[in-house]
Amino acid sequence: MVASVGTYDWLLFLHVVSAFALVAALVLFTALVVATRRVDRPSIALLFFRLVRPGSLLVAVGSLLTLVFGVWLAIYLDAYHPWDDWILAAIVLWVIATGAGQRAGVRFGEARALAERLGGSGDDAPSSELRAAIRDRQAVVLHAVTSVSTLVILVLMIWKPGA
Amino acid sequence: MTSLAAVRPGDVDVALFVHVLGAMLLVGTLFVVATAILLGWRRSDPEQATALTRFGLRTLIVGVLPAYVVMRIGAQWTESAEDLPKEVEDSAWLGIGYITSDAGAVLILVSLVLAIFGLRRLRTGTGTRLGRAVGVVSLLLLAAYVVAVWAMSAKPT
Repeated sequence: MVASVGTYDWLLFLHVVSAFALVAALVLFTALVVATRRVDRPSIALLFFRLVRPGSLLVAVGSLLTLVFGVWLAIYLDAYHPWDDWILAAIVLWVIATGAGQRAGVRFGEARALAERLGGSGDDAPSSELRAAIRDRQAVVLHAVTSVSTLVILVLMIWKPGA
Repeated sequence: MTSLAAVRPGDVDVALFVHVLGAMLLVGTLFVVATAILLGWRRSDPEQATALTRFGLRTLIVGVLPAYVVMRIGAQWTESAEDLPKEVEDSAWLGIGYITSDAGAVLILVSLVLAIFGLRRLRTGTGTRLGRAVGVVSLLLLAAYVVAVWAMSAKPT
């Protein structure tokens, strides 16, 4: 069965499975944003932040490989070119999604550092400062920008406007 | 097959978008469930293990089932909108899609029952074993869906 799969099919599979990995990480981050909205104790916050590491790994690998195999596909196929409008639009959105995601990660990282600082002092009392850091509006907006940009990329990949 | 995949009629696009988005959300929510429960499994502190298991089980109930329904509706819609020829309807890649989808539905329903009972038992400090069972099933489903993604995109003949 494997022998009957050609280069194009493997490239498409690797492109699509990378996109699945990217979206899986975004779903994880969204679930964490929702689940930690009311968290104000350092120990609970740090517990949830442990889930960030597998998500960060997945988002890094998924976003990079989605781009690599996507561009490879555009070069491999005669029907498409990397400079096609819908592919360029997708690449621009990929840059926006990646940039916003990284900035969101930095801001959530500050909340994690605060939780570690509070937890390190041995005090696990509820902290309004920690709660505010976790609910940081700018971080949530940046995460939303990443998610919406990724959704629009999916729309472009399905419709291929102008192709 | 390459040209078939590259040039699809426009009215199929909405159906395909719903199918792919549902599939991505399904894999994403299963990843959250598996990661939370397996991390909880490794915690020695019972309170922390319970908190992560509860998060995973709630995600299964709130996220996995709706995502599966969206994926399945999109799949059926795409198939009817594409008006596939007989040889494609009988193809191995479509068969793999149906098998993973239907077997996945059974496993998701079993997981839902385990999750509901698990969440009840977690209130009394037990229920982590049911949660672990859900975590293992989620891992199996993730593996099966990677195969399904391969079949749907690579379309082996």
